[in-house]
Amino acid sequence: MTAADPTLESLIGVPRSEPMRVGRIVVGVAVATLVVFMVRAFALGEIEWSWVARYLTAYAILVGFANTLIMTAGAMALGIALGLAAALMGLSEDPTTRAVAKGYVWFFRGIPIYLQLLLWFNLALVFPTLGIPGLAEVRTVDAMTPFLAALLGLGVCQGAYTAEVIRAGILSGDVGQIEAARAVGMRRGQVMRHIVLPQTLRIIAPPIGNEVIGMLKHSSIAAVIGYQEVMHTASMLHFVNNRVIEMLIVCSIWYLVTVTLLTIGQSLVERRLGRSLGRRTAAAPVAEEGAGA
Amino acid sequence: MTAAIRARGIRKSFGPVEVLRGIDLDVAEGEVLGLIGPSGSGKSTLLRCLNSLDDIDDGDLRVNGEIVGHVWEKGRLRRMDDRRLAEQRRGTGMVFQRFNLFAHMTVLENVVCGPVRVLGRDRRAACEAGRAHLARVGLADFCERYPAELSGGQQQRVAIARAIAMDPKILLFDEPTSALDPELVDEVLTTMRDLAVQGRTMVVVTHELAFARDVCDRIAFLDGGRVVETGPAPAFFAVISPHRVVQFDC
Ligand SMILES: Nc1ncnc2c1ncn2[C@@H]1O[C@H](COP(=O)(O)OP(=O)(O)OP(=O)(O)O)[C@@H](O)[C@H]1O
Ligand SMILES: [Mg+2]
Repeated sequence: MTAADPTLESLIGVPRSEPMRVGRIVVGVAVATLVVFMVRAFALGEIEWSWVARYLTAYAILVGFANTLIMTAGAMALGIALGLAAALMGLSEDPTTRAVAKGYVWFFRGIPIYLQLLLWFNLALVFPTLGIPGLAEVRTVDAMTPFLAALLGLGVCQGAYTAEVIRAGILSGDVGQIEAARAVGMRRGQVMRHIVLPQTLRIIAPPIGNEVIGMLKHSSIAAVIGYQEVMHTASMLHFVNNRVIEMLIVCSIWYLVTVTLLTIGQSLVERRLGRSLGRRTAAAPVAEEGAGA
Repeated sequence: MTAAIRARGIRKSFGPVEVLRGIDLDVAEGEVLGLIGPSGSGKSTLLRCLNSLDDIDDGDLRVNGEIVGHVWEKGRLRRMDDRRLAEQRRGTGMVFQRFNLFAHMTVLENVVCGPVRVLGRDRRAACEAGRAHLARVGLADFCERYPAELSGGQQQRVAIARAIAMDPKILLFDEPTSALDPELVDEVLTTMRDLAVQGRTMVVVTHELAFARDVCDRIAFLDGGRVVETGPAPAFFAVISPHRVVQFDC
């Protein structure tokens, strides 16, 4: 103890504060400057904000964004269904079943989504009619609307990615619990349904949430085959009114608002799943014990 | 006495390593058999073969009078399909070293899951029975907890309740206390002692020699994939190969 130290007990009741963090202050100032600069640029740039305000709730834009939401929900639903099926098939004991799942993932992960949409939309060139010959047949050109082509293109491709997410989730499960379930006399399907998948759900919820957000935005690619989602609508509008940046800002606002809501929804879902899954936070003291030992 | 387990010439390899090298073993109904032996001698493997978690390569294995995991058909043994296998496994209950409770289910759900999903019992009746099973292992107040919120000893007692809820003819234990802190071992051993007294057929792999001596009817000593000695406890520890047991005890 040096002579400069205050006498013992003189520190009782003295207020405490955080250490000086110079780095934080520097970074904070830098970020604030950048934000001010950007806001200024957008405020003073050649942007007619009144157009943004007017078109934000324009009927055409609302319909376009509704179509974006419908496509996101539809394609994700199809993607998760196909992904689950492909993941389960990929873990099957039967080599043919495994090969089918592998081939599906290989093909649809291997071709750019842009190209896949064009392929679906032009399916008529390969299959002129769809259905059972003689019984129920439709001309492919009539059936393959932009909506259906986009739904199939985005959904089937998404399924290939989701399959890998789900497969990894299933494989990261606890083998001991699977053996315990089998020892209790459960059949394979029951083990999957009652033991493996409920626990997989908790593991795959964050990446799936991520993919929903991804789908919301890249569903805009459906514009190339004429599906009337919000980007398609926006470009139709700026062809007429020449307000390119304003229309793009309108779209950005809608995307950002929705992503914000989805993010909130995601954390709610994750919290719920965490609770039903053994309250891992309550188990934390065990981990601390281990770390301390 | 009828035989619960009959094993003749059981062989099992993992790759090039032959782990079980001709096991002969009998367990009578109502008997409590202690399975002891050095680490790596094949105790867990043998236990897992008894309920088809592992598949034997050769030998004749009958549990509850049935050929394990296979059907005898036109002079050959055909592997059972999933449904038959699951049905056969109802005849045995298993308690694992690492408990293996279902993490996403409450304690009561863990116990009730088998009777409801596998035996098709009515959920309400199964819950009532499940609470009774949990009460018997001293966990009546823990029904709504999750496994992660229990101590190791409590988890293992839930695992025992889960096994007996299926009312299997035979209970298999694989070192049920070796993952536990010393002060938690007794509560689990006490639970197992109660089961033994009730006349259930049990096969217990254990390093708890005092428990083996006091509770088991008979001991089988495994070494190098063979049953090298077997005899009634406690005479086993008093007479046969004390040097071996001492060597294994450490
Ligand atoms: N799945 C497996 N793959 C390869 N080798 C295995 C496997 N399971 C067990 N073995 C080997 O078989 C041998 C016997 O293992 P087993 O777990 O049956 O021993 P044990 O008698 O239970 O030992 P312990 O007392 O340490 O639990 C060991 O050499 C082990 O390495
Ligand atoms: Mg073992």
